[in-house]
Amino acid sequence: MQKANDLKEYREELRETLGNDFLRTTLDNFAIAYRAGRANAFKDMDVRGLIKEIADSKDEAARNADALYREFKENAEAAGIHVHFAKDGDEANRIIAQIAKDANCKKIVKSKSMTAEETLLNHDLEDAGLEVTETDLGEWIIQLRHEGPSHMVMPAIHLSRFQVGDLFTEVTGKEQDSDIEKLVKVARRELRQKYVEADMGITGANFAIAETGSIGLVTNEGNARLVSTLPRVHVALMGIDKLLPTLHDALRILKVLPRNATGQAITSYVTWITGNNECLAAEDGRKEIHYVVLDNGRSELIKDPLFSQVNRCVRCGACANVCPVYRLVGGHKMGHIYIGAIGLILTYFFHGKDKAKNLVQNCINCEACKDVCAGGIDLPRLIKEIHARIQDEDGHPLPSFLLGKMLKNRKLFHTLLRTAKWGQKPVAEKDGFIRHLPMIFSKEHGFRALPTIAETPFRDWWKEKRPRVANPKYRVALFSGCVQDFVYPEQMQAAVDVFAANDVAMEFPEEQSCCGLPVQMMGETKASRDVAVQNLRAFEPEAYDYIVTLCASCAAHLKHNYPKLVMDKPAMKLRADAFAAKIIDYSSFVNDVLKVNAEDFRQTGEKATYHAPCHLCRGLDVHEAPRQLIEKSGMEYVECAEEEVCCGFGGTFSMKFPELSAELLKKKLDNVEATGADTLLTDCPGCIMQLRGGLKRRGSRVQVKHVAEVMSKNKK
Amino acid sequence: MPSKEDLYQKFVEKAGLVSAKVTSIATEDDALKYVINLCDKKEACQLMISGCEADLSDKAEALCDAKQKKVIAAPGLNEDLYKKLAAQAKKAGFECISEGMRDHLAGVDIGFTFAEYGIADTGTLMLDCPGEEMRLATMVSEFHVCVLPKSKIKANTYAVEKMMLTRMKKTPDYLAFITGPSRTADIERVLALGVHGPLELHILILED
Ligand code: SF4
Ligand code: SF4
Repeated sequence: MQKANDLKEYREELRETLGNDFLRTTLDNFAIAYRAGRANAFKDMDVRGLIKEIADSKDEAARNADALYREFKENAEAAGIHVHFAKDGDEANRIIAQIAKDANCKKIVKSKSMTAEETLLNHDLEDAGLEVTETDLGEWIIQLRHEGPSHMVMPAIHLSRFQVGDLFTEVTGKEQDSDIEKLVKVARRELRQKYVEADMGITGANFAIAETGSIGLVTNEGNARLVSTLPRVHVALMGIDKLLPTLHDALRILKVLPRNATGQAITSYVTWITGNNECLAAEDGRKEIHYVVLDNGRSELIKDPLFSQVNRCVRCGACANVCPVYRLVGGHKMGHIYIGAIGLILTYFFHGKDKAKNLVQNCINCEACKDVCAGGIDLPRLIKEIHARIQDEDGHPLPSFLLGKMLKNRKLFHTLLRTAKWGQKPVAEKDGFIRHLPMIFSKEHGFRALPTIAETPFRDWWKEKRPRVANPKYRVALFSGCVQDFVYPEQMQAAVDVFAANDVAMEFPEEQSCCGLPVQMMGETKASRDVAVQNLRAFEPEAYDYIVTLCASCAAHLKHNYPKLVMDKPAMKLRADAFAAKIIDYSSFVNDVLKVNAEDFRQTGEKATYHAPCHLCRGLDVHEAPRQLIEKSGMEYVECAEEEVCCGFGGTFSMKFPELSAELLKKKLDNVEATGADTLLTDCPGCIMQLRGGLKRRGSRVQVKHVAEVMSKNKK
Repeated sequence: MPSKEDLYQKFVEKAGLVSAKVTSIATEDDALKYVINLCDKKEACQLMISGCEADLSDKAEALCDAKQKKVIAAPGLNEDLYKKLAAQAKKAGFECISEGMRDHLAGVDIGFTFAEYGIADTGTLMLDCPGEEMRLATMVSEFHVCVLPKSKIKANTYAVEKMMLTRMKKTPDYLAFITGPSRTADIERVLALGVHGPLELHILILED
């Protein structure tokens, strides 16, 4: 559970977790195995189509939540079940305690339920004098340790067999060894006796089906079946987000849920319960069953135009499985009760601003979660939005406020950058790096060297040296982004060179400024919108065939976020849509539009490996183009392990969480060096800054270049 | 439309992937023979894989001690078949029961059932068990042996949706998809079979 009061304490906690080698290794192994397992489980299936269907059906269910609840209740009651509605967690817990009291229950066995974690049900039941035993192995372990879950599907993933062995020794009063098979068997037999004694069973529900009043339970261990069979009373606690119109909706989700959660085609047990079925321990031979349907802010949430998509979450935990930050710090630091990307969001809505305010900053915006989500939820966007909301309520921290102010004024911003060039003179090395870190950085930032500001920004070069193209095939506008304009203008120049050679006429609208992603990342929505409007005014989309940018982050932001940012101004929205439609990244433009050929390049055969920028591979769904270009431009492409995993830059993220950024970078560079290639290519200047800085600090011989640079260099 | 043979092949492949042991049989008598053999070969739980060598708390120990003899539970069989099974079990020295599962919660050696349908694309058995005895037999047994008539293998869950709905609308009902033995990966993500439910799942596909 997340406890830190402020960012400083939170970072302190993160540092401690980073030192936990066991956790790190487990999560690393898991992340790699998961990716392969998931891909295999979805082989030959139309995953995108299926996710889209789920998203649509869940959205529809959210719109009709009230009617669905009524239908569900009516059908369940007709089948002999008691249905209760609880507006918040306390009420749900009270209802359940009362059911136990009325039915004279003393001992409870529980099967895993995130919803019960959300309402802290166990505390309230224990306060009411009831004995509660978790029966899911992982849940039982963390219950015995008085801890919270650290993963939605594998709650005890943070513990080693030795820790579990010691724990079981304590519990049984007999010495236990650390053999996993044996530990599992000990749990099997200890818990069997708990089922025998229990008079009440509590489960969650994965599906609540309105047309029949049934619930569906998905488990691997089979404990939910025992919990819902042996005791004479069964209570199922579920959020209104579990309501579905038909069995078909549930079967559809079932196709994705286990595959996304653990890479299994299906779990060992899926149980469908309808009506008060037989129970031989009850006097009348019928089970007493109660459904407690929980709101706890959900009905508000589904009315929100942006956040209603949260209702699509099926709690598969995949967003944690792929999150590079979760992989470093684990669930106790990446969520409060719910963990991973969705955890950051749900924490805000279910557990409040104070619990969420540090967590939401710990997202690098790599979009891995969005890419994998079973409900197609735009998780990174929602996380940023919450960050912005919290800042609007609590006041903006000074640096983020100042950055916002500065970016809104392009002239001032550019003047500052030009002045910085003089300011850095005394510390600038000839190799393009700054000798010492400037004062504003603390020593945690020492993991990478920082580049110097370029002698001549691209915009000045352009005025003097822009090429004239006689018979243009295409007309494009160039969008440079600040880093390429002021730090790496040579990348832009390289692109201009290749474009001109391919009969592309270019414009560089001078009024363009920073794309605004940095302020968006810092939760400065207002500043982000103002910058967007400036850029939209600077470009005349109709005048060009394409608007090309060499920065993947800019491209994704311009394409996907601009229309959303100006949504409330119809005229601007139209312009933003036209603008977004013309945006294209360098690699797609050169490979797919210009269709360059290998014959036009010197074939050097040098080995080059590749880093896929998050905003290119996931943000824009571009995968093959850059790799093909590497080959076409005369190099030999060698694949790098975890090529599409974030390098740890994340813009302002690396400033706020240098320790995490350093760890992500370390992994990335280890993988890069393992390929044996001398050149590392990528197509985002932010990634280049991170990768180059890190390699420089390591004293590595690997050279980092933008794909555009080798293309220009090897052009015949 | 995949043929009956395709579905069968697919089912066998998928069930095998989740550690179910699949065998083809020609008659119901073969199934009985299989159960008796298996029970005979299987060591009584006191000695074996369910962890009986491990030290338990005193209370859990007491529950285990309650089990004396090898037990086969076969609720829900038709009367003739049950009689045959009971006779063979008796000869072999096993206890055979069709009810009273709650007196055997320490575990039975073999739960013997028939499935309603098989689902090929995941190797899943569909069992409808509104009756408690049958439900428990599939849960507390150490080995679950389940007969699946070949003609009842369907392509995917959508193909059994109608059947499910019919049952769910004629309440009360307790329906299960069972795919492989009970499993967990909760400790260090290492797969371990048989955490609460059966340690082994044997599927006997009956030619029909
Ligand atoms: S965007 Fe990346 S860092 Fe942020 S929550 Fe999603 S996976 Fe984690
Ligand atoms: S947000 Fe998406 S990926 Fe995460 S648990 Fe929910 S459905 Fe799964």
